[in-house]
Amino acid sequence: MFTPKPRQEENLFYLLAAIGGLVSAIGLAAALYMEHEGHVVTGMNNQIVWGLPHVVAIFLIVAASGVLNVASMGSVFGRVLYKSRAPLSGLLGIAMLSGGLAIIMLDLGRADRIIVAMTHFNPTSVFGWNVILYPVFYAFVGIYLWTMMERRMNPYSKVAGLATFIWRIILTTGTGSIFAFLVARQAYGSALLAPMFIIMSFSWGLAVFIVVQATMYAWNGMQLPPLILQRMKNLLATLVAAVLYFTAVLHLVSAYFAKQTAFEYFILVDSEFSGMFWIGQVLIGSLLPLTLLFHPATRAKVAWINLAAALVIVGAFFQLYVFIIGGQAFPLEMFPGYDIKSSFFDGTVDHYSARLPEILLALGGVAIAFTMTTIGVRALHFLPQDDIAELEAAIRITD
Amino acid sequence: MTSPQTPDNARRKFIAAAGAGVAGLGFTAIAPGLHLMAVGEANAAPTPRKAGEPANPAVRWGLLIDANKCAPGCTKCIDACHTENGVSANLPDPRQNSQWIRKIELVDRRPGKTRGHVTQLPMMCQHCAEPPCVDVCPTGASMKRADGIVLVDRHTCIGCRYCMMACPYKARSFVHAPLNDQNPEVPRGKGCVESCTLCVHRIDKGQQPACVESCPEGAMTFGDLNDADSAIAKRIASVPTTQVRADLRLNPGVRYEGL
Repeated sequence: MFTPKPRQEENLFYLLAAIGGLVSAIGLAAALYMEHEGHVVTGMNNQIVWGLPHVVAIFLIVAASGVLNVASMGSVFGRVLYKSRAPLSGLLGIAMLSGGLAIIMLDLGRADRIIVAMTHFNPTSVFGWNVILYPVFYAFVGIYLWTMMERRMNPYSKVAGLATFIWRIILTTGTGSIFAFLVARQAYGSALLAPMFIIMSFSWGLAVFIVVQATMYAWNGMQLPPLILQRMKNLLATLVAAVLYFTAVLHLVSAYFAKQTAFEYFILVDSEFSGMFWIGQVLIGSLLPLTLLFHPATRAKVAWINLAAALVIVGAFFQLYVFIIGGQAFPLEMFPGYDIKSSFFDGTVDHYSARLPEILLALGGVAIAFTMTTIGVRALHFLPQDDIAELEAAIRITD
Repeated sequence: MTSPQTPDNARRKFIAAAGAGVAGLGFTAIAPGLHLMAVGEANAAPTPRKAGEPANPAVRWGLLIDANKCAPGCTKCIDACHTENGVSANLPDPRQNSQWIRKIELVDRRPGKTRGHVTQLPMMCQHCAEPPCVDVCPTGASMKRADGIVLVDRHTCIGCRYCMMACPYKARSFVHAPLNDQNPEVPRGKGCVESCTLCVHRIDKGQQPACVESCPEGAMTFGDLNDADSAIAKRIASVPTTQVRADLRLNPGVRYEGL
């Protein structure tokens, strides 16, 4: 793998930070354009009201809480392997949440009224809960990082880690509940979505962590101890399988309900989303990574494991695209037993094509997360420092 | 949560104390030739609401639509609504245009004698007693007025579109582009969500919704669902009527006949 020399390294860092900053700025400019012209310049409409920005934002928000699990396993569950990775996990959590929230807020029809969202609170709204959940998440992670990085505060890091862990479970429950509390559309309105989002966050967060960790080790010309990668890979495989299991149960139960069969047929068999589901989510995002993680020829090789993690991230985007866009493209069933049509496209399957402004806004959010991570990692020395002897001893005990 | 049927006793006492004479005066002032006798007849006009006076929680405004009378090809209710509220459809992607009311054509596909039967009906915000849009709105901009009318406060709507995800009737539209030539009585705004207001500005003046008034077939009845003597309540009590997506138990204020 490519490892830059010290002088090169400095230049490369500035280049990466500049690219990240530039893409973030372009995303912001796209948002201002949307604000000025209205959402008429996007591919979103009155049927598909949430588009690509929401797909990317929800990925970042869900993975942000999941990536924090690496820290939780160190602090809360006492796993030595993860303990040295806790600060990096906290930084990634904050960076990804910032990117995701930036997208959601800048996509608002009235982004200028964000202060209204903070001063007017509707307790029955899951979105309203999230307005509280996110800032508190920042606060918890901030305090948690402080207890880990400030030696005098170290004794409190377990308590802070536990509080953060509990809060992140609540936060992802809140994200899943955004959809779980929707009665109108066939794709949503299932209590299963809250725990499913938590499992998804575990899987996607760990995949992101593995990819970032691999990049950092390569950057510094270091080799990740195989023992560590082995552990992380086993956990990732378990989580990927768990997400696949939840997906199967969700669709099986839904397909059994007579009122849902038309929608399930649409998603799984007869729509532009069927290919994305089977090839993108199931094959690329689940089966292929599982094969790479378990096959004797690939399971012990760093590059294959990193590829598996990257595929999990790709699959996550397909999954959210099918879930969010596919769920809205299917027409609302207002009159069961009737064919329905109208000037407002009732009864018609909608097609969504993201347009440049919303693509740039979504990329801008990813760039915010990337830039914050790049600068944070360099400024605060977040590279995990492992004591291999201690690690091996700890693993012997837990095994 | 206060149900729309729950009377506000203080308000009721005040109204009682105000006396029938004042009420009668107010009523006759609506339009010449319209008397208290008209209450209970089809499409009675509402009592006007004075500026600064809260909406009456004892009332629940609603619509009864007779789908049998809704003529194929007729769009008078849509035209009247969009003229009254300044809603225009001029965006290149028609899916981005606002539609506060639309005509739906239904073809019966159920086995039986009615198979293939075609029905027309206007569809708009159903002004639910338990509106999901109000539940999910993060800022409380989506709200239900005391008299049952579901509205969007254009000052606090942040344009998140969560209400559009939650509405089972596709009743809401998002304003996708800047607006010109608005009706001063019906403020709208780019980046906000909007839907049928039941012509709240007309109701407050003692008039009926524009769609109701414009229907040449008399297919729409407007009135107080809580008033057992109103034409709408009597009709609902005497003929089979339908609530769209009754399975959700949202108790819509718009009911359909002939479905």
